[in-house]
Amino acid sequence: MSTTAQELERPQQQSDVGAWLRQNLFNGVLNTLITIVLVIFIPIVLFLIVRWAIFEATWQPVATNFRLLMTGRYPIEHVWRIQACMAIIYLLFGLSAGIWQGMVRTIGIGLVGFAIFFALFPFSVSARLWLVGSVVAALVGYFVGRPFSSKLRIPVIVLWLISPFIFWLLIRGGMLGLPLVTTNLWGGLLLTIILAVVGIIASFPIGVLLALGRQSKLPIIKWCCTLYIELVRGVPLISVLFMAVLMLPLFLPSNIRIDNLVRVLVAITGFSAAYLAENVRGGLQSVPRGQYEAASALGLNVFQTTFLIVLPQALRAVIPALVGQFISLFKDTSLVSIVGLAELLGIAGIVINQPEWLQVTGGVEREVLLFAALVYWFFCYTLSKISRRIEAHLGVGTR
Amino acid sequence: MTQEQAADDIIICRDVHKWYGDFHVLNGVSAYVRRGEVVVIFGPSGSGKSTFIRTINRLEVHQKGTIIVDGIEMSDDLRNIDAIRRETGMVFQQFNLFPHLTVLQNIMLAPLWVRKRKRSEAEAMAYELLERVGIKEQALKYPGQLSGGQQQRVAIARALAMQPRILLFDEPTSALDPEMIKEVLEVMKELAHTGITMLVVTHEMAFAREVADRMFFFDKGQIVEQGTPEQIFNNPQHDRTKQFLSQIL
Repeated sequence: MSTTAQELERPQQQSDVGAWLRQNLFNGVLNTLITIVLVIFIPIVLFLIVRWAIFEATWQPVATNFRLLMTGRYPIEHVWRIQACMAIIYLLFGLSAGIWQGMVRTIGIGLVGFAIFFALFPFSVSARLWLVGSVVAALVGYFVGRPFSSKLRIPVIVLWLISPFIFWLLIRGGMLGLPLVTTNLWGGLLLTIILAVVGIIASFPIGVLLALGRQSKLPIIKWCCTLYIELVRGVPLISVLFMAVLMLPLFLPSNIRIDNLVRVLVAITGFSAAYLAENVRGGLQSVPRGQYEAASALGLNVFQTTFLIVLPQALRAVIPALVGQFISLFKDTSLVSIVGLAELLGIAGIVINQPEWLQVTGGVEREVLLFAALVYWFFCYTLSKISRRIEAHLGVGTR
Repeated sequence: MTQEQAADDIIICRDVHKWYGDFHVLNGVSAYVRRGEVVVIFGPSGSGKSTFIRTINRLEVHQKGTIIVDGIEMSDDLRNIDAIRRETGMVFQQFNLFPHLTVLQNIMLAPLWVRKRKRSEAEAMAYELLERVGIKEQALKYPGQLSGGQQQRVAIARALAMQPRILLFDEPTSALDPEMIKEVLEVMKELAHTGITMLVVTHEMAFAREVADRMFFFDKGQIVEQGTPEQIFNNPQHDRTKQFLSQIL
């Protein structure tokens, strides 16, 4: 009975700080050694980093090239068009959050977080005003959308569907009195976001269709999908990008010119779709047979069964894998700098090699790359945070 | 097997065969079910009783023989299969509710998408059915939040929402705790009195004795014996039936 007595005492011991330290940090010779070493090293490393960041690092290249890092060589007098797109996105998310609540609201909160985060950066006054305006647009949308949710539902869906064309029109121009800004001027974080968002949104339906095709009972569809998936998964993204940018023009007649950005977008989408298909296939396999049988017994046809019963459950099961893939897609966009598109990392490379920083001892590589890394990290971390919220939200409904 | 076939036979099966590979799971099943009849199907596991009722709504494909449901002959024709599935509802051993939909959405799904009912109409009917199976207050919960007995009652309501003429029950109480079996059987007993045709695969012999009009005893892919509960329980003809009944009663 002495063991029971000890177990009863234990909770009191745990609340004691000394006991916690003993149990977790000094519970053996090896652990004690590791603890001591870390206690010495972590503060030293932190101190060195902070001292470097504040006293030694040259942040000037980041500050002076900030606009370049954000939007590339996009003409300054037209930057308002990008900011207007952002405000429209925020307004739409606000409206949708008000109408559908739940998941959309979670994403909306994440976006508002983005805007507030970026408002802390050394942008110009007008840029900061746009950011604040976007947040206000989101809030207005939310409080308009909530009371009128049933009436606004269809108009908002229609707006979402035509929004890509509006954004294309606004950012590219060349119509309705807006001067043309060719895609080779797009760059920096703007380009990174365009590549990632278009890649994610376009590859999602294609990936789902590929996964369904691979499960199809019709042999030709099944073989085509399997062939595509296995082919694409067998080659690195960089080679697909090279194919799209350098090889494709050699095969096309010389009078047909496809925009470089469009080719890269198609390459990224096609590449990502193959990986997505495999993730979705895993989800499809996790849906039990009984679900198909129940749907058939109720008289649902194949399409209804797939889209009402199977896919919602399959996608829910693979959200962590999908978000993982979107995060890696976001980071993979940095590869396009190799084929001549100046996205965030490409611009960072340009900034590092600017002649005015040549006399800085040690170069400015560390500072610029650290800044780029921080931006990537912030986006990816927010994505995974949002996904965890979505999972928790959907978890209510799962078996 | 001699049997007169009346015009109001809602299910007619003639010499139905099915193989799983080499295993002859249905070995010449011939049977008829009258409109409004409650038929209890029992027998040892692996005898083909579940497979049999699953051929009636084409969850399993029979390879030989004829199955006619409410005048429609089962064939590879998708239109016939759809028509038959509109006439039949099914309740499964594992409930098979859709976990991502609420109880209400589970019930409204087929009326909305298959029968193309208006949403308001479907919703009113769903609440009515939930009241009938006694769990109206659970309408907005998800299946995972309900007990097994409640889930099975939702499954019954979902099957009824298509307003079928025939209800197929595939061991509806086998996955339930004893106290939940009772609540599901109560609902089924009530249904039996509404005039709907019911085929029930079950080992609940008390239920069979009380509710069944006739009983089929399955063994080795055949109907070895059939008759009223009276005949089956008090005067079984076949040795195999006697033996099986002595084991489960």
